[in-house]
Amino acid sequence: MFDFSTLTQSIHDYLISHLSPFWTTTVEWVIIGVLLIAFVALSVMGLVYIERKVAAFFQLRLGPNRVGKWGLLQTLADFLKLLMKEHITSKNADKFLFNLAPFIIVTASFLAIGAIPFALGLHVMDINIGVFYITAASSIGVLGILIGGWAGNNKYSLIGALRSGAQVVSYEISAVLSILTIVVLAGDLQLSSIIESQRDGWWIFKGHIPVFIAFIMFLIAGTAETNRGPFDLAEAESELTAGFHTEYSGIKFAMFFLAEYVNLFIIAAVGATVFLGGWMPFHIGDWAWFNDKMDYIPSILWFFLKVGFVIGLIMWFKWTFPRLRIDQLLVLEWKYLLPINLVNLLVVAFIAMMGWYF
Amino acid sequence: MTEEVETKDAIKTQEYFVNMGPQHPSTHGVLRLMLELDGEIIKRVIPHIGYIHRSIEKMSEKDSYRQIVHLTDRMDYLSNHMNNEAVCLLVENALEVEVSDRVKVIRTIMSELTRLSSHQLWWGVMGMDLGALTTFLYAFRDREMINDIFEETCGARLTVNYNVPGGVMFDIHPNFQKRVKDFIKHFKTKLPEYDRLLSDNVIFRQRTEGVGILSKEDAISYGVTGPTGRASGFSNDTRKHKPYSAYDRVEFKEILMDKGDTFSRYKSRILEMWESISIIEQLIDNIPEGEIQSPAVKQVIKLPAGEYYQSVETARGELGVYVVSDGQKSPYRLKFRSPGFSNLFVLDHMVRGYKIADLVAMMSTIDLVIPDIDR
Repeated sequence: MFDFSTLTQSIHDYLISHLSPFWTTTVEWVIIGVLLIAFVALSVMGLVYIERKVAAFFQLRLGPNRVGKWGLLQTLADFLKLLMKEHITSKNADKFLFNLAPFIIVTASFLAIGAIPFALGLHVMDINIGVFYITAASSIGVLGILIGGWAGNNKYSLIGALRSGAQVVSYEISAVLSILTIVVLAGDLQLSSIIESQRDGWWIFKGHIPVFIAFIMFLIAGTAETNRGPFDLAEAESELTAGFHTEYSGIKFAMFFLAEYVNLFIIAAVGATVFLGGWMPFHIGDWAWFNDKMDYIPSILWFFLKVGFVIGLIMWFKWTFPRLRIDQLLVLEWKYLLPINLVNLLVVAFIAMMGWYF
Repeated sequence: MTEEVETKDAIKTQEYFVNMGPQHPSTHGVLRLMLELDGEIIKRVIPHIGYIHRSIEKMSEKDSYRQIVHLTDRMDYLSNHMNNEAVCLLVENALEVEVSDRVKVIRTIMSELTRLSSHQLWWGVMGMDLGALTTFLYAFRDREMINDIFEETCGARLTVNYNVPGGVMFDIHPNFQKRVKDFIKHFKTKLPEYDRLLSDNVIFRQRTEGVGILSKEDAISYGVTGPTGRASGFSNDTRKHKPYSAYDRVEFKEILMDKGDTFSRYKSRILEMWESISIIEQLIDNIPEGEIQSPAVKQVIKLPAGEYYQSVETARGELGVYVVSDGQKSPYRLKFRSPGFSNLFVLDHMVRGYKIADLVAMMSTIDLVIPDIDR
């Protein structure tokens, strides 16, 4: 299996042989930054296109099919259109906060994506508290929503922001608790060692029913955290026109849009990494022959297939279910998900203690 | 209005107003609702209407009766055929003209098709208001077939103008029966799909059951008609109580519910679609022969002086046409009793104490068409 760290190491060796250590680090960070931005831009465009096509297939439509082959350039055209739109700031808006909010949201998404392992040896940083870091970084995003909703001087935005605040803070708990089950099983917070612990099978297969429950919980909580349907109460277009970003136009709106899809990718990537083995190929226990064959498929492909699977699940229920009401949403979290998660975590801890997993 | 309320923790809160509309995704047109809110809880709803007022009643006073029929399409554009029929029936009754059985049956079939198409659109929009965006296009897939039938029958898809005083404008197309049968066959397989997609959904049930209860007494005192009133147990189906056209010769149930909550209003329309299907099925195979326009109705129609009233059951409730004639070729005064107008004003009564999301759900189940309210 190709190890991307040989590639990154050779780049590092090349740079260090020509430059001082300080400039090596600087150049490396610039390369990483450019690559990340390019990756995010491309993946968001891809995701928007996929979302529109998926929605179209769910809704008996064709979806975008005019700009470019199969409408592939539609997202680019929309993005260019948004770039050229006027920046409208509503009357009596808090201008500083109003302009700051989109940046907070995008920054939070970029921070989180930095810790995700894309393939064997391909990650920006493999910090030893990876899971903790990702959840911490992605939860900064809610600040952007709250600020954006407040600063626009619009009542719809304010209602949307308050809803979103209540929602994200609540569902963060469930998301973290469900990931914690795997942390207990793997015994580590570092994402690379969580993946390594799935060398003989993904946790969703090894961990019996409790891990499966945790996966479902994670999907629900993750969808709620990213403010996507059926938990899109912060936007709730039929109630609040566009929720917290009602007053945003042009590229500032596009940044909210970008952040939404980056968050979707992050949630799917974390879910795929923690529960479905990340870039780890499909291995079964000690079937060495079978496992060798599976290793022929590149690790980066495994990762993106799994992320695609999780994204597909999330899109599936976005386009099928009606929206919840705010009180039902909080009841679901505090009365159902949280207790189930806590009990589930205890069960998993017991299983891990007794070594009853495969 | 917005007095400060002191809570027990001595935190001063203030109720505030939100203008919902005239441009808003879920007011289905240019309705403006002023919401008095306490956080997300609705204290009061003040509907403001008049944004699409076209003075159809006033215009009617200088139009001939044949022209008035065309204006009625533009009132409740989803019950277009029934609106036409109301004026035509009034003219025929006033002139004491009996239309042929063929016309009666065609009118009934067309009315029920219109009702189906209206309810289909309502179902799609209802899902969309609750956040299930897919329902809208599912509904349109089936509604398209009805529109195609209309187009083939009379050339128009929405504002059909198919009725004229004394009959219908053209005879039905030779394909009509086959296409209606095809549609019924298709739609019978799709209606259970509606239930699977939305009615049986857990989130949908939680959003609608026990929400926005309208008691039978309130329904009667507010004059709430149509499926909205029948969901509260108020028996008001004009097709049953004052049968017109061919409704006296078909078997159908008046859908009555007793709960009066949002889900009952939803369910009553779904069940009404089944009844419409059954009515069409009873009539489609035996359309009697006969003339399509009664020769007794002259080109220039002059109603004898007097007052006339005719009501029909549109998809939204009882549409009444009241005409005072002084014997001229246009009415002295014409008044439409539109179901949407009465149904809208029960909203404030229903929605107090509920949340914004509930308001949207309730508004959907009242099934408002704004041009019907404003006229």
